[in-house]
Amino acid sequence: MTRPLTRCGQNEVKRGMAMYLPDFDYYAPASLPEACALLAQSGPRAKVLAGGTDVLPMMKKEKIAPEILVSIKKLHQLTGIRETPGNKVVIGARTTHNELVNSPVLQKKYLSVCVAAHRIGNNQIRNVGTIGGNIVNAVPSADLPPILIALGALIKLTGTGGERDLPLEEAFAGPGRSAISPDEILTAVIIPGSSLTGSTYFKFAHRRSGALAVVGVAAAVTMEGEVCREARIALGAAAPTPMRAKKAEELLRGRVVTEELLEEAGRCAAAESKTRTSIRGSADYRRDMVRVFTKRALRKAIKDGHS
Amino acid sequence: MQAIADKDGVKRYLVTLHINGDSYTRVVKANTLLVNFLRDDLDLTGTKKGCELGDCGSCTVLLDGKAVDSCLILAVEADGREITTIEGLARNEKLDRLQAEMINHAGVQCGYCTPGMIMSAKALLTRNPHPTEREVRQAIAGNLCRCTGYVNIVKAILAAANEEVGEGSGDE
Repeated sequence: MTRPLTRCGQNEVKRGMAMYLPDFDYYAPASLPEACALLAQSGPRAKVLAGGTDVLPMMKKEKIAPEILVSIKKLHQLTGIRETPGNKVVIGARTTHNELVNSPVLQKKYLSVCVAAHRIGNNQIRNVGTIGGNIVNAVPSADLPPILIALGALIKLTGTGGERDLPLEEAFAGPGRSAISPDEILTAVIIPGSSLTGSTYFKFAHRRSGALAVVGVAAAVTMEGEVCREARIALGAAAPTPMRAKKAEELLRGRVVTEELLEEAGRCAAAESKTRTSIRGSADYRRDMVRVFTKRALRKAIKDGHS
Repeated sequence: MQAIADKDGVKRYLVTLHINGDSYTRVVKANTLLVNFLRDDLDLTGTKKGCELGDCGSCTVLLDGKAVDSCLILAVEADGREITTIEGLARNEKLDRLQAEMINHAGVQCGYCTPGMIMSAKALLTRNPHPTEREVRQAIAGNLCRCTGYVNIVKAILAAANEEVGEGSGDE
């Protein structure tokens, strides 16, 4: 999502873009059921406010105009990162990107998640933006969904009808559209225990900071000596939603890993991707970058563990 | 948080923000951004407005010690929190070391990015008193300067850090 202001001629420039927000009602409910009830009763007029690093710019750009913002700042059960029995890691939805970066649990078990979080926005954004927001806003180039999908993450949703777990890869419906019901709040992200031996995320962007991904590629593998027992590849900014490169994964399963095989997997992932042309790159260029970074991500996940 | 609706039905909220060591209780609308609260309600105009979308960092302040863009925070969300702005750094007419070194190293040209730049650096040095150049550059990656090209800014921040090392004292 590029800012129209500085991109004259490429995007429609909106004259007199309002940098002041329109009026809206604000609620900061003290409990989850109260928050869900409020969302259920307000329907599409309401939007959840977590960090606000996506919602507020979208409101300023007049892309959305919610009449009600429901802040989840008082829902303290949505914070914290912890390991639970069964080797699961549970990450509260309000966890900020910098909290992911600095989490000892993640640094020990899934450094790849810290690395992905560190590539988001800039320091100020990472201090405020949340893992929940990064998922719910369903931006195709978001950095956390690919690595979390590669790790097989689930999201925990609470609505007026109760609680449910949803595989993260099923949470997206299209650009900016999630498959989460309007009355549901994402409360946690769960990385299940697994036998994966390595994972990594490569973000390819025009700048090291403050840039959206041209493509993002996450890979997770289970290696047994030279043999790849399991491979999961997830692509960002390569389709309308984050996507798995399932044919490339299938290609790798049970095979002895060679440089040629990785090259073939990269080609396969590129063929599966549904890239499109945007200001950050053409569809062809992006597809080729999927090939390059799939190969690199696999190689790193195989060699360097969770890195 | 108390909400009162005015005659047009627009709600107002009573908030208390702790800014540079003082507490301010004010009535604000939900759509009041922290940067506008600071500048318009409190006349703390040291915090600048640039892109207002979280790209440029001109509006950086510390929220509970962390660098954040005040253009992307609602005043109602900052209710009860500790905020430090550029006005809160100098004590008893004595500049903070970061401010002094910015002057010494000519890290200021037009000056518009300077408050935000210093607040990001302040957050870094509080957390990490001995940063490497790389860490300094990462910490100010969310602060855009269109004049100096960052070299003198980075030198100023490193100098402020070394001086603290040399004197063996922390911040006031």
